[in-house]
Amino acid sequence: MVDVTRTWMLEMENIIKEFPGIKALDGVSFKVEKGEIHALVGENGAGKSTLMKVLSGVYSHGSYSGSIKVDGKEQRFQNTSDAEKAGISIIYQELSLASNMSIAENIFMGDEPVKKILIDWDAMYSRANELLVRVGIQMDSNILVKNLGIGLQQMVEIAKALRTDNKILVLDEPTSALSKSEIDVLMNLLLALKQQGVTCIYISHKFDEIFRIADSVTILRDGKTIDTKSIDSLNEDLLINLMVGRDLNQRYPQRERVHGENILEIKNYSLFDYKEGKERLHNINLSLHKGEILGIAGLMGSGRTELVSSIFGAFYGKSEGQIIIDRKEVKINSPKDAMKQGIGLITEDRKNLGIFPVLSIRENMVIANLDNISGSIMVNDSEEYLLCDQYVENLNIKIGSTENKITSLSGGNQQKVIIGRWLMRKPKILILDEPTRGIDVGAKFEIYTIINELVANGVAVVMVSSELPEVMGMCDRILVMHDGTISGELMHEEATQEKIMSYAVGGRP
Amino acid sequence: MLWEEGLKMNRENTTGFFKNINLRSFIIIVALIAIWIILQFATDGTFLTSRNISLLFRQMTPIGIIAIGMVLVIVSGYIDLSVGSIVAVAGAIAAVMQTQMKIGTIPTIIALLITGVVVGIINGYLSTFQKIPPFIVTLATMLIFRGATLLITGGSTISGMNPSFKYIGDGYISPQISMIIATIGIITYVIFEITKRRNKTSKGMKVAASNWFAVKLIAICAICALLVATMNNYEGIPVPVIIMVAIMIIVSFISRNTRFGRRLYAMGGNAEAARLSGINVNKEGLKVFALLGLLSAVSGLILTARLNAATPAAGNQFEFDAISAAIIGGASFSGGQGTVFGAVIGALIMASLNNGMSILNIPSAAQFILKGLVLLIAVWFDMRGRSKGKN
Repeated sequence: MVDVTRTWMLEMENIIKEFPGIKALDGVSFKVEKGEIHALVGENGAGKSTLMKVLSGVYSHGSYSGSIKVDGKEQRFQNTSDAEKAGISIIYQELSLASNMSIAENIFMGDEPVKKILIDWDAMYSRANELLVRVGIQMDSNILVKNLGIGLQQMVEIAKALRTDNKILVLDEPTSALSKSEIDVLMNLLLALKQQGVTCIYISHKFDEIFRIADSVTILRDGKTIDTKSIDSLNEDLLINLMVGRDLNQRYPQRERVHGENILEIKNYSLFDYKEGKERLHNINLSLHKGEILGIAGLMGSGRTELVSSIFGAFYGKSEGQIIIDRKEVKINSPKDAMKQGIGLITEDRKNLGIFPVLSIRENMVIANLDNISGSIMVNDSEEYLLCDQYVENLNIKIGSTENKITSLSGGNQQKVIIGRWLMRKPKILILDEPTRGIDVGAKFEIYTIINELVANGVAVVMVSSELPEVMGMCDRILVMHDGTISGELMHEEATQEKIMSYAVGGRP
Repeated sequence: MLWEEGLKMNRENTTGFFKNINLRSFIIIVALIAIWIILQFATDGTFLTSRNISLLFRQMTPIGIIAIGMVLVIVSGYIDLSVGSIVAVAGAIAAVMQTQMKIGTIPTIIALLITGVVVGIINGYLSTFQKIPPFIVTLATMLIFRGATLLITGGSTISGMNPSFKYIGDGYISPQISMIIATIGIITYVIFEITKRRNKTSKGMKVAASNWFAVKLIAICAICALLVATMNNYEGIPVPVIIMVAIMIIVSFISRNTRFGRRLYAMGGNAEAARLSGINVNKEGLKVFALLGLLSAVSGLILTARLNAATPAAGNQFEFDAISAAIIGGASFSGGQGTVFGAVIGALIMASLNNGMSILNIPSAAQFILKGLVLLIAVWFDMRGRSKGKN
């Protein structure tokens, strides 16, 4: 009944987007009413970003199936500029402003007002100033962007989005880098824009923000639309339930859970990031045992990656506190130091931090291991080949030859090569940051099996993951992080997705 | 997306594995042969006389030796523009020591090599530990070392080296000894390759088919024998050529079979991943700059010895020829790719063009234009091959 009076600004119907081995979106339908603030929620990997990439034309029409209507008109975006022309503006988590240009130049980048062929600076600045007023900033638009704080930069992005005939404004995790007062300003701005008739899609993990400004919420899980509800019919618990679902599939190989002796202990550990000028980790305390898988859960930006990379000596920043390995306090200032202590790190960002794209599979595998297969200077050629073949076989890596480039492999096999790189070192502690991201189901299971074999041999494993079922299925103990601190610790038996989620959003269960 | 790319590459790779590995070196050798044939006709047969071949190889040595170091600097993801000025400053120091200070040949050589290493370390320290872009660092040191040369030489040519010093640049190994060296070299090479192959097969590793292995061995030995015979037909192997070949073998071995060498390829391929694999990127980078500094000084030694003089303008534009040689030889500016052998072939191509154009009396204006075009075409060809791989 109510439906009749509704006018849809956006109708995405039955969107299916597949990647080899993965169905990222499996028949998602997503409708946004004109003039509302519509929150889009879901766990990491639920399909939110993929859906927004479909909407913004990053994935061109034809690479997905399903239909998109904007303001009642069917749209087939070939690229992002098509989507922009149709009135869709997306503001990503990482801001994309040119910092050494003025606010006005940024707002009108690529579409500068001109008189004949010359840029009409007067028109540009006055129109930019008008837009700034609209987003609530009293500021001259000739100020350089680099002089603005991150909050103001976000406002400039929004002003830029409002420049054109904007129909839908999408904000992807806009508050992750903002301070509390900046968040307040943003919330108020979005409510004010709503009064002006702007339709907004708001992607966020933060429930308090959603309940503060959203009119309705769509929940995605595993690439499917779970439900769309008006905000009045929801509370936090209900929302968490919808996000994580209740079924925990038996997708994890079984193993005996044993607790060995303490191998790693971290005490009062804090980390300061000079580049961003803020504290990344605050007073972390944790211990790790031989033969244990310790899970680290938490939302993006909660400090998980910062924690593991700084334990490995790879984070550019200043740390305080103690790291104790085998009951001895150690100083770790570089990955090399960490490797000497028997620590290995498999990074989250395989493409940029893991593989050497121009090198062969063999070279990729042995690179962290040259000191073990060489004398004082020279690399033992045939030992190297044999070692590689052995690990290729043990890890069941499907390749033609170890001399092929690593980029010729699928994501799962690339990851196994990286795992092989670290197993060769026979680590005491292996840290895996998102070990199964972008990997198909079959390869995931194999990687889980490898991890289980490792701990059975007494290696201590730290596993960072955004996928809650994975953390719960694999780990003996789970630490949940929130805002640079450990907000909760759960044993395997007591862990539920709801508990983890509520620790992760900073609440108490 | 990563996995989409991966799949595409997978498809391409199953058919194109041979292309990736062998086609590159094959193409530059074909290009070299083509250039030689063209020049042979253009010069009415002067180009491929044994006298000219001997001269050509002698001429290529200063650039060839620098290119050997340059390719590793490029492989590691850096660049060095100051090599020409290092050549000049090393030559100037040698000349002053020999003529004005009357110092013997051996101490002169040692001082010269130390100079090379020191200036290399300066370049390296600023480019790695101090994080100044190497392009800027070496652009500045190019000027600084050139200035130092002018200061040392007082702006004029210094000539009159010791005969033993001159021998390094213009001497010949007598044909008999050349023949012996060549024979030993070829036998050692054959034994080395065969043992390596046996070693691999005995451990159950895959090796190339035996007939291909034989063809490759015979071809390489035949080419070496032919070249030595040609040079012997004139006066024997020029001393600088022996030095260059020795350096080529040693550095090529270092690049492939030592930790240091392997790390360079990793750093150039992905510096951040290299750091996360426990590689001290700054330290290895410093070493590779020091190596290039050393080789540039050797180049300066040979040039000064051959000319029997140090000139303030020595080594001008060597950076262009050396970088071109490395790139023509298959190095990639994005790092991680390139071989020492390829760089030497690249240097030989550049030297052949220089030599041929001189015989033909082509005005230097046209020579510049032609060399520039050759570099452009080589890079264009490379990029085209690469983007094809992606689409």
